[in-house]
Amino acid sequence: MAALTSVGETPLTAPAGRPSGMQARRRKRLNMFRYVVFTVFGLFFLLPLLAMVRFSLEGAKLGTWSVTAWKQIASYSGTGIPPLISSIEITLELAVITCVVMLVLLVPTMIWVRLRVQWLARTMEFLCLLPLTIPAIVLVVGLGAIYNKIQHYSLSALMLFWVYVILALPYAYRALAAGLSAIDVTTLSEAARSLGASWFSVMVRVIAPNMRQAILNAVLLTAALVLGEFTIAYLLLYNNLQVELYSISRNTPNAGVLFSTSVAALLFGFALLMILSYAGRRRRGRG
Amino acid sequence: MAVAAATETGARPSRAGRRLSTPAWVGTVPFLAYVAIFLVWPTGIVVVDALKNPNGAWAFSNITELGNPLVRGYFIGSFKLCLLSSLLGAVFGAILAYAVASGDPDGTVRRLYLAVSGVLAQFGGVTLAFAFLALIGPVGLLFHASWFYSFPWGITVIYTYFQIPLMVLVFLPAIDGLKVQWREASENLGASAWQYWRHVGGPLLAPAFLGGLLLLFANALSAFATIIAWENQIAYIVPQQISTALSSEVGLSNVNVADLLALGMVIMVAIVMTGYALLQRRAARWLR
Repeated sequence: MAALTSVGETPLTAPAGRPSGMQARRRKRLNMFRYVVFTVFGLFFLLPLLAMVRFSLEGAKLGTWSVTAWKQIASYSGTGIPPLISSIEITLELAVITCVVMLVLLVPTMIWVRLRVQWLARTMEFLCLLPLTIPAIVLVVGLGAIYNKIQHYSLSALMLFWVYVILALPYAYRALAAGLSAIDVTTLSEAARSLGASWFSVMVRVIAPNMRQAILNAVLLTAALVLGEFTIAYLLLYNNLQVELYSISRNTPNAGVLFSTSVAALLFGFALLMILSYAGRRRRGRG
Repeated sequence: MAVAAATETGARPSRAGRRLSTPAWVGTVPFLAYVAIFLVWPTGIVVVDALKNPNGAWAFSNITELGNPLVRGYFIGSFKLCLLSSLLGAVFGAILAYAVASGDPDGTVRRLYLAVSGVLAQFGGVTLAFAFLALIGPVGLLFHASWFYSFPWGITVIYTYFQIPLMVLVFLPAIDGLKVQWREASENLGASAWQYWRHVGGPLLAPAFLGGLLLLFANALSAFATIIAWENQIAYIVPQQISTALSSEVGLSNVNVADLLALGMVIMVAIVMTGYALLQRRAARWLR
């Protein structure tokens, strides 16, 4: 609600001296417009979330309050579906693995392309942004054959990380590219090389520390993406958090745990992206 | 094929006197191989299989199945939903973006709305359907909307929830690009607010607005989780039907239904994204 209380502090009211009549009228109208818009949209965005929170706190009888659903997150197990907590674990593990693989794959390659194979830069950008234009549902149709082969070796849902890295490419690439273009990669690497550093230490000990902000952004975006992924897991018949929530909603409609888990997952995602926006702001302040 | 040329160009920036045993581009092979296996290959499979019959023989006539009334129905459904949700999202998103942009550029409101937009634009998925179910579903808290399960209106309202924030994110830079001087200049020349928007602001923002609209359209086109959590019995749009085709073998005879539908989607997205890229370039002219 901080949004609504601070609406008035616009720079338009700041300048000293008396504004002319026409400008003052326009300013008043503009502020009025902003109040109305922020209130209406604020309600539109807030109400569904509040409704979900209220449902998660619903007691056994309609209209009562209880925290049972929140306690159930750790213990809930529907009939015919894996326990909720196991799918939460899988999803968190997937997020970690995907982030690690994404970094190992993308960071050295991007630095390398920047330093030594400039002519590949455009191709690489195109490939990284491509997943934005190929809907996940299309990708999954073609992935069936590939995952058939993977499943010869492992049936674990953790194998989803292979394709999650692809889904994360556009977001991770843009975050990393922003960080990489903010530093003078060539000078840094030449300095390090002339002091006798190997290419490995140029990347790990010189360039990567200089772009840790970008790396953090890429990691957070990737993690948020993995936490919310449904389409591919569902269609390849794996069980992650979103698929589990979907199964619970099919088996037992109105299960309170559905809403408590959703709210919890959402808050977690909020927290991740808030860290991102806060960290990003600090960097801008310094630079 | 490109290897020979690649070696020469790749070797050039290296320091004199260093022996080059392997060309520099070799360092990118892991990345390229990964993308080839998990992105290029699956997409290729979709395209190739869409043009084959289940026995593996080429059948380019499959493409005509996209005109089959049944198949066309799903594409029309997709088109309706995407158009409605992107129009609503673009218009409301533009209004909200204007309200945000007219405030303090470093203020709390702007920062809050941008951060929240970033989260909500990603907040598709099954959770979103639950949230609206809790609010206006059959036992909804606010009221019971009789149109909640009607297509396309019920789902359109749910889709606007992630479309509006996305529009705010992509449209805000364009509004920020409107210079105060332009407004002042037109006022000094005696233009009313309406004339300013009609002749100056509107035309300047038009390419960015249309670009945003197309991006929202593509975004709605590929969304799947929300609609399946909203209604999993009846297929209205292409992704739902792909899902059905993947999990059951029934469907059009002698055509790889899922692949064909997927190919249709790729074509649709490709058209939309090309338009987006062109409009972005046009809009970028004023954003300096």
